Amino acid sequence: MRSPAQSGNFPVTRHSIVLAMRSDDPAQRSRATEALAAAYWKPLYKYVRLKWDLSQEDAQDFTQEFLLRLIEKDFLESFDPAKARLRTFMRTCADRLYLNQVRDARRQKRNDGTAIPLDFDEAEQEFAKRKQPASPETYFEKECVRHLLSLAVERLRAKCESSGKTVHFKIFHDYDLDHEADTAPSYSTLAAKYQLPATDVTNYLAWARREFRACVLQQLREMSATDEEFRREAKSILGIDPK
Amino acid sequence: MKWLGDGTVDRLRANMQVPDLSGTRYRAIRFLASGGMAEIWLAEDTVLKRNVALKVLDANDSPDLASRLLREAHILAALEHPGIVPIHDAGTLADGRVFYCMKYVEGLRLDDFLTRVPALADRLRLLLRIAEPLAFAHSRGIIHRDLKPENVMVGPFGEVLIMDWGLGKAFEKSAEASIGAPALAALRDTPERMIELITNHGSVLGTPGYMAPEQWQGEVARMDQRTDVYGLGAILSFMTSDDRQSETRVPRPISAISSKAMHSDPSRRYSSVEAFTADITKYLADSPVSAYRESLLERLARVFNRHRTAVILIAVYLLMRLLFILFSRR
Repeated sequence: MRSPAQSGNFPVTRHSIVLAMRSDDPAQRSRATEALAAAYWKPLYKYVRLKWDLSQEDAQDFTQEFLLRLIEKDFLESFDPAKARLRTFMRTCADRLYLNQVRDARRQKRNDGTAIPLDFDEAEQEFAKRKQPASPETYFEKECVRHLLSLAVERLRAKCESSGKTVHFKIFHDYDLDHEADTAPSYSTLAAKYQLPATDVTNYLAWARREFRACVLQQLREMSATDEEFRREAKSILGIDPK
Repeated sequence: MKWLGDGTVDRLRANMQVPDLSGTRYRAIRFLASGGMAEIWLAEDTVLKRNVALKVLDANDSPDLASRLLREAHILAALEHPGIVPIHDAGTLADGRVFYCMKYVEGLRLDDFLTRVPALADRLRLLLRIAEPLAFAHSRGIIHRDLKPENVMVGPFGEVLIMDWGLGKAFEKSAEASIGAPALAALRDTPERMIELITNHGSVLGTPGYMAPEQWQGEVARMDQRTDVYGLGAILSFMTSDDRQSETRVPRPISAISSKAMHSDPSRRYSSVEAFTADITKYLADSPVSAYRESLLERLARVFNRHRTAVILIAVYLLMRLLFILFSRR
């Protein structure tokens, strides 16, 4: 199985990811599950660390267990898009799984060697940077958005590299990503750095932003259960209406 | 994977909403407002060095919405009037979204502006100015169909502009002569367009409370200038029912004008904007209005109010005369 973190190839169609997971085609089902796991593992890991105060090791085990259940079982059979958003459902399932494990006192590690390659060190470093959230649920929502944008940045990076537009990505990186405060480098600075006319910097940045927008929407579609949820999420998270 | 701090996340989210103006002469400055299908941005025209307003479609893959926005652009282009916001440009952005560029109107929406206009007479004069561009559009065969206080702007020098012509429609043959056949074709309601108007978003497009019955019932053939007369009547009703208005009781002739303009049967409304404004003008001049039949007492009171000085002078003269007669008999 590929790492969910690398799973950016789920064929995005108008069909929902939930339908894809219920598909009769094992390959389609597998790709959809991987995409779903890639989209949610990190926010879930951070969420259980905060909500249930799990140690790093327990949170890692729990996340692995959750994802394996997601992959192996008809996990989404009970999901009703009319009742909840997919990410709320995922969080509720994680809570339920944890409480069941506690109740049954059977929180045993899997010893069958099955494990999904996930970069928990990176997740842990990010978790350490958290500010005091209003609630674990709010934190989860915020992390979902952060992870969505991070995955979209990786998609854009891959796209730029494969199409020979690395400078486009570098300009986007320098201007939009590489600073926290309102201290973006000027276009002329970037033009000098990459030996380009300033007008090219404008055009490269506009291109990268346009592509980034497409990457975000593509990623969001994969993280949404239905087209309707996708549009609703795009409006509430990003303030845009993709129709 | 790149860690994105809170500031970066906020910036990326904000950037997602900014229209891609690469390849155009415009530079986005800030978001101004959002409508049903589009958002409006303040932008700089970098060639002419002036601020303009860009109306940009929300979606880039909806031919229906794109054609509706272009239809609005065609209407604005066809209607050159000081009370209708002028359009400068239209096209498609690099991200596929349709847009048009218009004059940036700095001012207040009518509903906000009314806080500065407490007197009924001043409000009625304002209404007359709202009616002017509408009458002009009707003379060109175009109706607005979405009149409401939010779609009227009052500029810093008191100029009144009617905004948002997205539901505009060509309603009579004279439109062809005035705006030309190609533009007219884009403005007519086709059966497909009416389906869009009626069923898109699960309801009729327009604003409840300001929408004439024939509009919310989807009766295309019955929509004409009287559909806008209904909207004007609704605005009049809004202006007079607003509790910031200085008069505590709405005068009966004004209520009657509003009721006539908003009659459910179009044939019993004012036949035109001019007929509507004529009644308002008569009321302002203390003359009888066509929508209201006065009692004898009301007529006397109105005559007294209108000729107050003359009536008082005559009364004083008669009193003096009477006193003179009485004293001269002694």
